[in-house]
Amino acid sequence: MHAVVGTVPIKDFPLVAGEASLHDDIICIQGERITINRGTPALMAATIKAGEFLGQPAPHGYLVGDIGLGDGSRHLCEYLIEHLGESDFHMITLHYILPNVEYHNRLLFVMEEMPERPILIADAGSMYAAKMSGKATAYDLFTPDTGELAFLADEEAPHPFYTRGFILHEENRVPELIARSYAHKNASRNLLVKGERDYVANQNGILATIDHPMEEAMEAIGGTGDTLTGIVSALISTGMEISEAAAIAARANRLAGHYAKPTAATQVIEIVSHIPQALEDIFCEKNRGEGWQRTSQRRSATSPLK
Amino acid sequence: MAFFDVFKRTHAEPSAEGAAFDRGLLVFENTSEVIRAERVLKAKGWEIRVMGPPPEIRSGCDLVIEIPLIEELNILRSLQEAGVLPKEVVPVTSPLLKPVDLFKVKELGRYLMVRAANMKLTVDKETLTIVNVSGGGCPDVPYLAQEMVGRGLADAPSPREIGHTLCGYALQLAYEEMRKQCTL
Repeated sequence: MHAVVGTVPIKDFPLVAGEASLHDDIICIQGERITINRGTPALMAATIKAGEFLGQPAPHGYLVGDIGLGDGSRHLCEYLIEHLGESDFHMITLHYILPNVEYHNRLLFVMEEMPERPILIADAGSMYAAKMSGKATAYDLFTPDTGELAFLADEEAPHPFYTRGFILHEENRVPELIARSYAHKNASRNLLVKGERDYVANQNGILATIDHPMEEAMEAIGGTGDTLTGIVSALISTGMEISEAAAIAARANRLAGHYAKPTAATQVIEIVSHIPQALEDIFCEKNRGEGWQRTSQRRSATSPLK
Repeated sequence: MAFFDVFKRTHAEPSAEGAAFDRGLLVFENTSEVIRAERVLKAKGWEIRVMGPPPEIRSGCDLVIEIPLIEELNILRSLQEAGVLPKEVVPVTSPLLKPVDLFKVKELGRYLMVRAANMKLTVDKETLTIVNVSGGGCPDVPYLAQEMVGRGLADAPSPREIGHTLCGYALQLAYEEMRKQCTL
């Protein structure tokens, strides 16, 4: 079973824990309804839509209200520290939680002590906390964008806001930043870097690059990184090897965006509905021995829709 | 050696390791301001402590206040209301680090996107409506997006007013740069 952990931008939204379901543009957990805009609800929606295609059950969601004050995040962490050890999740995706080293370390300890160590994926504030605490290598996958990659690569920076100028993100420096992140042990075992070109990497180097279809507007659309993390979580949940899942997810997210015919004003919910079609097309292509093979040979993947 | 490390399970312990990495220092003009700020922040329930500054920023018999760095924007708002703003906020682990001051401005057809650090703000150039907020990882990012998207750049609440974290602060910088770009 897969768990997704995060927050929603609603003050006083109660802590809910249970199976998540998707109804049009609404996520439901324990009778509470949340509109999908961006953030963890968008991640959950993408996981559910991808899971529908993959035949996977919906994830178990842990959500709480937090508008940035950190009260909800602390409440959620306390709850998880107390209860997560009783669960049997095989994978946990940690998302929008206010970074706090002490809570992070306590929560990681609980997850490491579970009878079966779950696969750990972190994005957003949870990824920041993992790097800040020096525990990045305990995670199986981070999904940074290029700005966040620069933060991982800067061993001094406590937050992307303080990334030093000489390291600061430039698309053409991504391979160098990946290597630097691993050199300072600030990267997870696998990385999926999202940007104009997406990169799948581990400590041995870059395994795949994915750059088609290219929709420039995607960078401006809030939540497209969340949907990517949601899709890769669903794929890994099937038992797929992480680097393979990351490359497929990167292509699926691009293709879903492409099908939405996006502008910079598009909202992420318009992309979520295209995820099953995107995955179907990629798996058809893979079954025909096209496209996907090129990715695993460390060359840029080419979409059939190019 | 690195090969074997791949198979070695990383075992976390709930230690204080890395604890200073999420802390920041408020640097004030003089000690009386430190004392006033300490009173304000303790009354608001913040976990803070007054301490001597690290050598890199020491200027005499001065004091600094240690704060949770991520919540800088919210803390600064409290201090501004009390009229006791610090002259500088720096990370504990690297006091000489400065906030990002590089912006990337990108034209996307009729839209303009400004990026500061990890935050991006996009505006419709014809109507000056904020159409998207992206990037970031702190929980006020979805909240800021919810409050700002669909509003005019001139009348939307600023991240400085309603944000709470360093991601909110980065969005404020993008917002200020966007206003300059749109000559507001």
